[in-house]
Amino acid sequence: MPNDRSSLPSPPVVVTLPPALVRLFPGCVRRVELSAATVGEAIDALDSRWPGMRDRICDSTPRIRRHVNVFVAGKRASLETPLALGAEVIVMTAISGG
Amino acid sequence: MAKKVLILVGTRKGAFILESDTQRNSWQLRGPFCETWPMNHVVGDPVSGAIYGGGGNAWFGPAVWKSADRGASWTHSSEGLAYPAGEEPIKAVWSVAPAGRSLYAGVEPAGLFRSDDGGQSWRHIAGLRDHPSRPNWQPGGGGLILHSLVPHPNDARQLWVAISTAGVFHTADGGETWEARNRGTRADYLPEEQRYPEYGQCVHCLVMAPGTSDRLYQQNHCGMYRSEDGGRHWGSIEAGLPSTFGFPAAVHPRDPATLYLLPLNGDTAGRYVPDARAAVWRTRDGGDSWEALRQGLPQKNAFFGVLRQAMATDRLAPAGVYFGTSTGTLFASADEGDSWNCIAQHLPAILSVETLAVEA
Repeated sequence: MPNDRSSLPSPPVVVTLPPALVRLFPGCVRRVELSAATVGEAIDALDSRWPGMRDRICDSTPRIRRHVNVFVAGKRASLETPLALGAEVIVMTAISGG
Repeated sequence: MAKKVLILVGTRKGAFILESDTQRNSWQLRGPFCETWPMNHVVGDPVSGAIYGGGGNAWFGPAVWKSADRGASWTHSSEGLAYPAGEEPIKAVWSVAPAGRSLYAGVEPAGLFRSDDGGQSWRHIAGLRDHPSRPNWQPGGGGLILHSLVPHPNDARQLWVAISTAGVFHTADGGETWEARNRGTRADYLPEEQRYPEYGQCVHCLVMAPGTSDRLYQQNHCGMYRSEDGGRHWGSIEAGLPSTFGFPAAVHPRDPATLYLLPLNGDTAGRYVPDARAAVWRTRDGGDSWEALRQGLPQKNAFFGVLRQAMATDRLAPAGVYFGTSTGTLFASADEGDSWNCIAQHLPAILSVETLAVEA
């Protein structure tokens, strides 16, 4: 079953969070190591550590919020973007506000 | 017996709290709270003493913030505060109202949620969005927002809400079914033969007179109205006011015939106080006559507006009256509106003003 990802353990990845998000969750840190096969799974893992964080990063569509950007290997990612072993996932606040 | 009064201020950049003893001569300002999120409505629960703030952040979406220690610490939650997948997501919370042991939240795009655990989690009251008029609801200048929440004083099944632009709706069964209650209110922005529709009016603020569940007042985009039957019929009370346009309305804490308004100069004329002279307008007879209250308010070059949730009264005697401006200035009266003082300025644009009396 070479294409059955669900049978494989999720690879360890590193997620970097923006300060404005970290401030919303007591005990949260900017650099988080976790295991996830996709961006969506990484956000689920963040939400299990800091309940409510998924709602801050994603809307109910569900998709990554319009003014939040997630980069994987330097490219904007979606919830479905796969993560390889050791991937760097960077969550950033986009230009917004007034 | 209240020992202190808090003024809860929602602004474009966070919540603020002002505190005074019951003399209300000197106010201490704290804030900004809630990580400087835009806070559309900050309210106090007179039963628990908790403070709730409804807002929405352009990056992180909607949430209701809570402080159980008068603003010293805050938490936030939006658990359950969502429409089903695929629907337009919620942008912000626009109104919050304690009702007995429950808490209601109105959101944009317009919908209603209830929490029964002090704001930790929320449940969609889907019956409102199931109303057959919903496909025709139109966003006003502030978006398609549910901005007024009026619980019945002693029947938990009854609730009135107001939506811009859809009108006033009432439920008598806890939110399962809703009835539009707009008869007699005008929609000047529709063709002449359609100006009194069943729904679709641009209500700006809905409030209930104290000591009754039948008398309601509303400031509308197109006039000022009173109802004596829970909103089934409305009659104009705009004669004697300088304008038919304004946003906020605030009732007296004990007298059902006393109401405060802050008319603006018109929807296409800048939406600031008429002639750039600030005045709160008060009726003592349910809207049959009006008087301008100007003492202590700027009487020239005042180019500010006051938004729909930015005026409130307190529960003391004599009643205090408060309003906050779009230019970040907060005015207070400790004598039922007869005279006014500026008690804070240079705040971010003020979106809401509410009060909470506390014991110590």
